[in-house]
Amino acid sequence: MEVIYITIGVSILVAVLFFAAFLKSLKSGQYEDTYTPSVRMLFDDELVKPTKNTKTNNKQ
Amino acid sequence: MDVCYHCGNDCEDNSLKIEQKYFCCNGCKTVFEILHQSELNCYYDFEKTPGSIPNDIKEKYGYLDHEEIIGKLTSFSDDTTSVVQLYIPTIHCSSCIWILENLHKLNDGIVTSTVNFPDKTVRFTYKNKAITLREVVELMSSIGYEPYISLDDTEGTKNKVDKTLIYQVSVAAFVFGNVMLLSFPEYFEVDEYWLNQYKYVFRGIMLVMSIPVVFFSARDYFVSAYKGITHRILNIDIPIALGIGVLFVRSVVEVAFDIGSGFFDSLTGLVFFLLLGKFFQKKTYNYLSFERDYKSYFPIAVTKINEDGEESIPLQNIKKRDRLLIRNEELIPVDCILISGNASIDYSFVTGEAVPVVKESGAKLFAGGKQTSGAIEIEVVETIAQSYLTQLWSNDVFAKKTTKSIKNLTDTISKYFTIAILSIATIAGIYWSFIDVRIAVNVVTAVLIIACPCALALSAPFALGNILRIFGLRKFYVKNADTVEHLAKIDAIVFDKTGTLTSTNNSKITYIGTELTADEQVILKCLLRASNHPLSRALYQYLPVDYKKLEVHNFEEVLGKGVAATVGEVSVKFGAATFVGADKARTNNTVIYIQLNGVVKGYYELRNEYRENVPLVFKALAKEYTLVVLSGDNDGEQVYLEKILPKGTQLIFNQKPEDKLNFIKRMQSDKRVLMIGDGLNDAGALMQSNVGISISEDINVFSPACDIIMDAKLFQKLPDYLRYAKKTVLIIKMSFGLSFSYNLVGMYFALTGQLTPVIAAILMPLSSITIVIFVTLCTNLLTKK
Repeated sequence: MEVIYITIGVSILVAVLFFAAFLKSLKSGQYEDTYTPSVRMLFDDELVKPTKNTKTNNKQ
Repeated sequence: MDVCYHCGNDCEDNSLKIEQKYFCCNGCKTVFEILHQSELNCYYDFEKTPGSIPNDIKEKYGYLDHEEIIGKLTSFSDDTTSVVQLYIPTIHCSSCIWILENLHKLNDGIVTSTVNFPDKTVRFTYKNKAITLREVVELMSSIGYEPYISLDDTEGTKNKVDKTLIYQVSVAAFVFGNVMLLSFPEYFEVDEYWLNQYKYVFRGIMLVMSIPVVFFSARDYFVSAYKGITHRILNIDIPIALGIGVLFVRSVVEVAFDIGSGFFDSLTGLVFFLLLGKFFQKKTYNYLSFERDYKSYFPIAVTKINEDGEESIPLQNIKKRDRLLIRNEELIPVDCILISGNASIDYSFVTGEAVPVVKESGAKLFAGGKQTSGAIEIEVVETIAQSYLTQLWSNDVFAKKTTKSIKNLTDTISKYFTIAILSIATIAGIYWSFIDVRIAVNVVTAVLIIACPCALALSAPFALGNILRIFGLRKFYVKNADTVEHLAKIDAIVFDKTGTLTSTNNSKITYIGTELTADEQVILKCLLRASNHPLSRALYQYLPVDYKKLEVHNFEEVLGKGVAATVGEVSVKFGAATFVGADKARTNNTVIYIQLNGVVKGYYELRNEYRENVPLVFKALAKEYTLVVLSGDNDGEQVYLEKILPKGTQLIFNQKPEDKLNFIKRMQSDKRVLMIGDGLNDAGALMQSNVGISISEDINVFSPACDIIMDAKLFQKLPDYLRYAKKTVLIIKMSFGLSFSYNLVGMYFALTGQLTPVIAAILMPLSSITIVIFVTLCTNLLTKK
């Protein structure tokens, strides 16, 4: 049953890793603006819209 | 009538259009053209009518050419790139985000722009060789996103958000979760070979993990308890710190001497729940500012007129006798004398009075007014710190930093609570030491552990935190949790009049004189349309006839005076009394005189309209509170106010900002005062009062330092909000009762020496969670109706 030392060790190590990752994201300011990115990710498609299309749409 | 494709306002006629799209004004049309040229049409796809009307800025941002000022505004700058963060009040939808993040398409000089929507800020990175800060700001303004730059931006460091609490909570949460799992096997107390062999490893890990919780996460409780003792105040943190300390020491001793498994689960859980309560209570509205003083209103620089031309100088460098040029829409930063130009000063920031005042040259102008008709030249009388308005801030009230500390509810109770548990622990210790010293130590520590007022300390934060959140959803923005408690204790309410009881948006217009025929009104309306003066616009909206385009000759608008023109056969003059040649009417309100063919017909009187629900609100409040109306104006409205307000309402007029402050101070000798105001002239009174509410038509723009910012549209809800605050305090008191009963149960186990880790681990979270559920449910139910 000595394997328990390894399993517990590994499980705590994984937990600590995730915790460190969380602290890092907190420090880098990921949680400061939780709204804008949710809108921003929807924009990318519109950027490449060719001009002609927009014009014909407007005339309809 | 169509609505403007850009901003959504009604178009008065359909003369401005591009491809079936109508615009309300040239400004909106220009923005559309700019965006259309740069293929940024998508702006109009995300949201319907997302735009706002661009302001005419001209030379307004001339001061941004100053190296010194640029240096203060930019957060980073080297030879090629600069970074600046600007506050843009008009950000309101996803189209705004899109256009502001695509600004590089409009100008190559901008490298990136990142929007922070909740804060309404944009961070620009731009090539300072290709584009100057002034050009960036002007580019933004040209598309209707004028940034708001004030004196405040250049002074001091921005207060960084303190993240320590978040770190503390996350450490406690992490450890709590892991310790719970590790201590689980021992709950069952089975004498099994496997468990007996490995329990030392489990206990060791728990001990190591608990160390950061005690010394980092719970640090503030020890500090606060120490401070409490040195100041001889028995605050709630003393029993908490005692509980945490005893828990930790006893657990370490138990593990070290192999007596038991310790209480690490309870310890970490306790700290986690306590910090969670703290976190919950700390609701912040990062887009609102409760600390504004005059600096947030004032511009950074003004234009000084030298003998050899104009130069823009920082506000601090203004000296007496300087000549300054104030352009249209600029704020007058100091007390001064008008030298030349047509002064029409809008004092709405200061007094809440929306109608501009016309001044003749030689008149004294006070700081805080906004010029609304063309440029004027002024001579400085007082420097910025000595001006009539700004010297209010040298009053003592502003010197002491937010020490309105009436003891809060929890602290009041904790005094008795601390004394009670300390005496119980002592008595129990003495009693048991006659029987068995070992058990005595056990019992004393158990009492301190179980009495640790976790549930007690949680009731107020969760109740107040939740009510703060509910208030926020209803556009009643409270600065912090303590304010709710103060609000519940109020027994007198003082109202400012102009801008608070009256609405700045609507004015009531009445006509006095010889009745005008419909044709005459049409002529008037036609001329009013051509004038840009705010009074003209108000009257234009009011006249009940349809607009018709007429042949106009000799149109002449004298800034700050009035308009003269000939329409067909009729010569028309309207405006100030002297301009029209009328006798001044005996009224305190703003009037527009009308003269047709050389005969004075009469005048339109503009009066600020009281908010619809003023009589109702006063009636509802009169039962419980002493009500006072405190106005800076003269007593012209006294008779009317006496008629609509309930008997017993004190009406006091002619109050200077300083008088208002002193009035509140006198009143506080026997009353707790709530002040409701809006302008900068109320700032002193708002600060002095126990709770200051600043009422605002647009919560994003202007509000002086206060405790609560309230949306003016919800004025009629005021009695409800006050009732909610009172009921919340009642709920907290009820939950105190509940948490005491948990303590009694725990005390039974502790005193009889039966407290095992399992019981502690069940009782502690159970009491905390039920308290949290209780207060949250109650506060939600309270505000449901």
